[in-house]
Amino acid sequence: MYGYLFRRLLGTIPVMLVVAVFIFLMLRLTPSDPAAIIAGDNATTEQVAKIRGQLGLDRPIVEQFVIWSGKVLSGDFGESFFFKKTVAQLIGERIEPTLSLAFFTILIAVFVAVPLGVLAAHRHGSWIDRIVMGFSVLGFSVPVFVIGYLLIYLFAVYLDWLPVQGYQRISEGVGGWVQRLILPSVTLSVIYIALIARMTRTSLLEVLSEDYIRTARAKGQIERKVLFRHALRNAAVPIVTVIGLGIALLIGGVVVTESVYTIPGLGRLTVDAVLARDYPTIQAVILLFSFVYVMINLAVDMVYTVLDPRIRY
Amino acid sequence: MSAPVLEVANLSVAIRGDGDRPHAVRGISLSVGANEIVCVVGESGSGKSVTAQAVMGLLPKNAMSVETGSIRLEGEELTTKSDADLRAIRGTRMAMVFQEPMTALNPVERVGDQIGEVLEVHTDLDPRERRKRVLDMMRAVHLPDPEQMIDAYPHQLSGGQRQRIMIAAALVLDPALLIADEPTTALDVTTQAQILKLVREMQARKKTGVLFITHDFGVVSEIADRVVVMQLGRIVEQGAAEDVLRNPREEYTKMLLASVPSMTPPKRVPVSGPVVLQTEKLFKTYGKRSLFQPKARIVNAVKDVSLEVRRGETLGIVGESGSGKSTVARCIARLVDPTSGAVRIDNIDTAAMKEAQFRPMRRRMQFIFQDPYRSLNPRRTVGEAIIEGPMNFGLSRNEALQRARDLMAVVHLSPDAVDRYPHQFSGGQRQRICIARALAMEPELLIGDEPVSALDVSVQAQVLKLLDEVRRRFNLAVLFITHDLRVAAQVCDRIAVMQRGVIVEQGTTADVFAAPKHEYTKALFEAAPGRHREFFAGA
Amino acid sequence: MADLSLDTPIAAAPVKPAAAIRKLLLNPAVLFGGAVITVVVLTGLLAPWLGTIDPTAINPIARNKVPGAEFFMRTDTGERIKMIALFGTDGLGRDVYSRVVYGARVSLFVGVSVALISVACGLLIGVLAGFFRLLDAVIMRIMDGLMAIPAILLAIAMVSLFRSSVWTVIIAITVPQVPGVVRLVRSIVLSVREEPYVEAAVTLGTSTPKLLWRHVLPNTIAPMIVQGTFICASAILIEAILSFLGIGVPPEVPTWGNIMAEGRQVFSLFPHNIIYPGVFLAMTILAVNILGDGLRDTLDPKMAKRV
Repeated sequence: MYGYLFRRLLGTIPVMLVVAVFIFLMLRLTPSDPAAIIAGDNATTEQVAKIRGQLGLDRPIVEQFVIWSGKVLSGDFGESFFFKKTVAQLIGERIEPTLSLAFFTILIAVFVAVPLGVLAAHRHGSWIDRIVMGFSVLGFSVPVFVIGYLLIYLFAVYLDWLPVQGYQRISEGVGGWVQRLILPSVTLSVIYIALIARMTRTSLLEVLSEDYIRTARAKGQIERKVLFRHALRNAAVPIVTVIGLGIALLIGGVVVTESVYTIPGLGRLTVDAVLARDYPTIQAVILLFSFVYVMINLAVDMVYTVLDPRIRY
Repeated sequence: MSAPVLEVANLSVAIRGDGDRPHAVRGISLSVGANEIVCVVGESGSGKSVTAQAVMGLLPKNAMSVETGSIRLEGEELTTKSDADLRAIRGTRMAMVFQEPMTALNPVERVGDQIGEVLEVHTDLDPRERRKRVLDMMRAVHLPDPEQMIDAYPHQLSGGQRQRIMIAAALVLDPALLIADEPTTALDVTTQAQILKLVREMQARKKTGVLFITHDFGVVSEIADRVVVMQLGRIVEQGAAEDVLRNPREEYTKMLLASVPSMTPPKRVPVSGPVVLQTEKLFKTYGKRSLFQPKARIVNAVKDVSLEVRRGETLGIVGESGSGKSTVARCIARLVDPTSGAVRIDNIDTAAMKEAQFRPMRRRMQFIFQDPYRSLNPRRTVGEAIIEGPMNFGLSRNEALQRARDLMAVVHLSPDAVDRYPHQFSGGQRQRICIARALAMEPELLIGDEPVSALDVSVQAQVLKLLDEVRRRFNLAVLFITHDLRVAAQVCDRIAVMQRGVIVEQGTTADVFAAPKHEYTKALFEAAPGRHREFFAGA
Repeated sequence: MADLSLDTPIAAAPVKPAAAIRKLLLNPAVLFGGAVITVVVLTGLLAPWLGTIDPTAINPIARNKVPGAEFFMRTDTGERIKMIALFGTDGLGRDVYSRVVYGARVSLFVGVSVALISVACGLLIGVLAGFFRLLDAVIMRIMDGLMAIPAILLAIAMVSLFRSSVWTVIIAITVPQVPGVVRLVRSIVLSVREEPYVEAAVTLGTSTPKLLWRHVLPNTIAPMIVQGTFICASAILIEAILSFLGIGVPPEVPTWGNIMAEGRQVFSLFPHNIIYPGVFLAMTILAVNILGDGLRDTLDPKMAKRV
């Protein structure tokens, strides 16, 4: 098990390397001067020259990459000229809102979606099934920001039950923290509910046609137990995969949701950084999110070994 | 005489929707007495499995339903029972064992719990008592080391052990009726023999009535007290096993029995043609240790195999699954690369050739695959399949098409078959098409990898006859891979017996069948179902 | 015909295109999705004749009109004419109805382009990876890496580097879609090459390019149509997101995302800037997704398990 974990960790290195090379090259392959891009639009000539020196732009490209990745590995993502802070500081400040949002979203999504999917599969072909499937298609067709504004309009403007926008740190009171996260989390969870419910249904339906389900019925087992004892556990691997994938995709959704609800998280930071052409920040955020994605995949693979005794490494 | 355990009267099962026929079974009546094994035998589509499912109340809900007739278990009518009542009967008074031991057990639950599930559902026993009953049952079905195995997962067990688990789960509450749906079909013959013995033993223990579904007359002759022969949803003939096997009354039964190949090889003249194929010290090894996987398994699929086939001769390679017999064939045809050794075609060593070098050799040897449904591209017509090879070697389209039409006659199909698609043909016809495709290359060597194993016994007989015809007509060397000793006895001049990648015995078919020398060969012959019986009735 | 007495043909699904099309036309999801998309396509194509005015025309005297309000605008000849703002006007006095109608053009163009390009690239790379072992390792490592970067983030990063234009957006959305197609194609190729009929073609001496063309590629057609449809839907969505965030298509171009971005600041007062384009956007994506579901169910039932 630990040997496998170690090997898998080694396996993430090439993936992260590809990401790093991609991010690195993206900036160098643009027609304009990378130093000028990094310095931002309002930079002075001296600033640009200083950055050029830091990046070692006169050196061969491989050497530049080594210098750059060396710095990244030591946690030095450079300095944001727009926000006048180091990128590491900036990310540190912005991480709490994003983590909170992600936490609530996943919580809502899993607890709503899995039961819905089980229900739809159990009543395959019935009106419940159709409603769940219909909701599912709707869920990943309506853009996050449309849902967001609809909810704001309904619950914040029209009914005035919840605050319109903004974020409150957990240290300033749990009540306000939760209150301000309800709408954003519900907004963001819609697409994951759609995705996870659909996957749960599909993989359960597939499992329900397996021979061992017939065996269980031949033993005189009742339907509810056939569903939960035999089917759901076997269907768990694809469901966990899609939940893992969902957490990874969440990162994209966070960008939009945080903009709609003006939450000062990593997503909002990304958009602000792009609008300000703040490259050190953009690079750092992409690297960070990709790293999270890779780690989640790893965690999902580890969960497989618990769920399925056949998977032993 | 006491009332039968199971009595099926005038049962019809309707198929919903517009299939090729409205009924899966129609108007069948049969009965199973206590302490009796009744074999239902038939080819695919005969409705034998549907009969079993109907009795258990496990017909696929959206596809089939009982239309008329009655099913009585110990005198009690089942067709009118509610789902809940049927559930209470399943596992307690009737139980079922399925064909695929690989998929019939829940892969993520311990086998002990799966046997115990029956007790959990139907009894009030506490976990400790349950465990004891499960262990007793596992001992009864002769599973080794039950204390250990009770906590194992299905994938840690062999196919035969899994089938024993299934039987243990079925019989743990001593049901009056056991339904076994092709329980040994997926197993190797040596395992099959053990499971058949076990079914006999368990049946006698509590005088259980057994409804045994099979397609194999060898199995029937080993186990049946009575036989029911089915064809296309109807019962053709039924009676005591000895009567039906010795003196079948109906033409269909006679034809089926005549199609079963004999275990006695016919007399053959030794072939002295030139050697077409020769392998020498052929090895195929899978898996490679690397820096990252120092403990990776290395499998010797084929070890030190040397054999030769002469023009006009058929060499059979016989063995169970995992013996490496198919890998030998695939190494020769270069569907996999051999690891070491020589493969000589007409004295040219091809083992070390690159694909491009090897390609010209391909026309000299052709391959017939096991599964006729997957060995033709469903998107291309039969004609296109047949002319593909010759055109690769420079024949014009028209010449190739003419050859394809001529070959249709050779394989007893009409020439206009070339314009049709594979799905318009049955399994046996497709295998004929595959033979025509191979012949279109005008090969010297024909390799058949279980070419008749996927076919029903009557169709199998026809395809074997065709293979023999073309071998004579074109003076081919044939390498014939099979697990079926009966088939091997009839088609092979010589046979090689393989076990775990090694040829353990090689000789003329007559010699090996008359006096097997190696222990494994002896065991294999001993396990062949119905080995002492000739099915030649009426032929 | 020869001896067929015992060996009757077994019916199996034919694979003729004509039969597949007939089956498609009987599928309600395909019909519904197709009908809605047709309407949207026609809306985009016929935009100038649907009672629209220049979608980029700024009109300072008619800012933030609510839907149904009257406003005046000056024609080229200097004449003042009275108009009714069906969907209201935005903060610069542009007619939201006209912008929404013209917006269909950009959305569909982006969706279809991304789908075509990513399927074409994915097919090529996926077949190479599936058939050539040496390439496979390298290609799949690169694809794993690309997949690790969240699609929206990757698109955002790419847009931010280049001058914003419709083509920049298309390329930025396409790149993160390609790895998914590559994986799908590769898995199809890997499973098809195990098929006995492909092995049979090998034993017939068929060369690798012919093998791919005759026996492997036809198996990818149905999954590619289905996958392309889903990609089209998500491309339309991502384009709208990028524009909404202000980093997509240049703001003067009328796209649904841009219209909504325009309306963000004054949303609680004038929700029409968000609602109308939002409804059109959601309807379109929904229709494409429903079409995709229908196509998958009829053309490629096995794929239901892969999604």
